[in-house]
Amino acid sequence: MDLSVNILVIGRHPQILETVLRLINTQQAWKAIGALTDNEAVEKFERDNFDLVLIGGGVEEESERSFKNEFEKINPQIKMIRHYGGGSGLLFNEIQEVLTRISVDQWKGAVKI
Amino acid sequence: MNRKEFIKTALSTSVMLTTTGASQIEAKGNHHPIVGFEHLPPKTITTMNTVLHKANTRGHANHGWLDTNHTFSFAHYYDPTRVQFGALRVLNDDFVDGGMGFGTHPLDNMEIISIPLSGDLEHKDSMGNVAVIKQNDVQIMSAGTGIYHSEYNKNKDKKVNFLQIWVFPKVRNIEPRYDQINFRPEDRVNKLQQIVSPSKTDDGVWINQDAWFHLGNLKKGFATDYTVNQKGNGVYAFVIEGDLTIHDQKLNKRDGFGVWDVDKLSISADSDAEVLLMEVPMN
Repeated sequence: MDLSVNILVIGRHPQILETVLRLINTQQAWKAIGALTDNEAVEKFERDNFDLVLIGGGVEEESERSFKNEFEKINPQIKMIRHYGGGSGLLFNEIQEVLTRISVDQWKGAVKI
Repeated sequence: MNRKEFIKTALSTSVMLTTTGASQIEAKGNHHPIVGFEHLPPKTITTMNTVLHKANTRGHANHGWLDTNHTFSFAHYYDPTRVQFGALRVLNDDFVDGGMGFGTHPLDNMEIISIPLSGDLEHKDSMGNVAVIKQNDVQIMSAGTGIYHSEYNKNKDKKVNFLQIWVFPKVRNIEPRYDQINFRPEDRVNKLQQIVSPSKTDDGVWINQDAWFHLGNLKKGFATDYTVNQKGNGVYAFVIEGDLTIHDQKLNKRDGFGVWDVDKLSISADSDAEVLLMEVPMN
């Protein structure tokens, strides 16, 4: 059973995307792949199972809305967040915050509070 | 403790356990034995419209060359109760050894303000800017669609201490931009000197956010008011030196104090003091 947190990172800046992926993948429990274009992002989302989508720099609001619509049709539980800072400083915090929310939601579901 | 309270306690404990990053970096001055979460002193003190972050409750990390204090969650310091104050996301108080610094790294979609408190900081970025920022300078970068930059202590023989402040941008994906201004220290003696504003024609460096920053060097006994520029904004005060009372809250060196839902703030210096006021949108 794969217990990794699978993350799709979408960003328009190739070097920044590469840095963000490298940083996420230093964490044993996290697995990230990236997409530079809308088509590539949708194709990867349809192919693999993701727990979280990070919207990085340069992604237009129209694309962001379209990802939300498309991805939620495939996985209504998907968490999507905007990433700020290009990998520097906030990346682990942002992911940690979502994972905390997911674990609290699951815990609440389990104990029916 | 009834069952419902027990489950609530267990839930909050599970949140703490999932945030091990916070526990890896101990707050300075926190010498209380860990005997249960209820017994730990509160790190954040809130009222209806204020939040107090005492200096010794900040996240602290010592990387050897970098000794840093995080008012808000940053890097591997994560405390879910201390993520941001409105649009103010990062307030780091960094001490960097001589000749050392942050190598080239990417940034995007963030307004980054650096304020050296002592020493000199050398900056280079992918827009071609090479600059040294010194005490009384304020630097701003709109990272926008993405830049690379490095920051080093210019001097080999002494530390640089600077505040690194990140504010969420009003508009994402703007063209990256750099600016730096030198301010006259005499213009903030018993005055609030505007150093950041959202208007390009106003005093201070321009920021891509409805935010205003002021510095004040206030002599003991001096009192003044700060009037909020935009309705709905909050004000976060960071005490650089000395003791102050703001909005009836006594503050000491490197304490942080946020206030919202007010039009005006009273400020009085209990000793000679320096303060940075950061007015930011709360939504």
